[in-house]
Amino acid sequence: MKLGKVIGRVVSTHKMECLNGLKLLLVQPIDEKGGAAGSPLVAFDAAKAGEGDLVMFEAGKEAAQANPNGWFNPADAAILGVVDAVNRAGGE
Amino acid sequence: MILAKVVASVVSTEKDPHYVGKKILAVQPIDPSGSPRGRTILAVDGVQAGIGDLVLVVDEGGSARTVIGDEGALTVRTAICGIVDRVDMEEDA
Repeated sequence: MKLGKVIGRVVSTHKMECLNGLKLLLVQPIDEKGGAAGSPLVAFDAAKAGEGDLVMFEAGKEAAQANPNGWFNPADAAILGVVDAVNRAGGE
Repeated sequence: MILAKVVASVVSTEKDPHYVGKKILAVQPIDPSGSPRGRTILAVDGVQAGIGDLVLVVDEGGSARTVIGDEGALTVRTAICGIVDRVDMEEDA
């Protein structure tokens, strides 16, 4: 998984049936210090995340497994958790 | 497997059920000489690692699920499978 920040929401009406009912969010990958790390991507939400939340997301085939509509789906990124805290050495 | 250093622990309450009860750590991949290489990734801890430890990380789902002993955890892809005591290299390597 990677850390990310939800920076927006993506609305799509015409899409594959197996993506129906999923919330699509725009995620900016970040490092553990909060700095941007790479380009934003679209991930579906499996953890009740919302805009502005710090999240952890999985990219790759494991993401599709979190889709409640079955395992055969084209999702390649999924938000799997809302992050409460990141504890670094030195208590930052 | 890749060499990495544990840089932070991550706390999450609302998460995918496959991650419940598992310790999640942020690891920074490093090269054998210790310099950071690429982005930090989050890994499930299978060996009681802690912040500052040099560790071995598998970034492949099947291996990661074996490490954490939960073959049903289909959303897990990355896991820490060892704590590195020492890396020996040839001087000119």
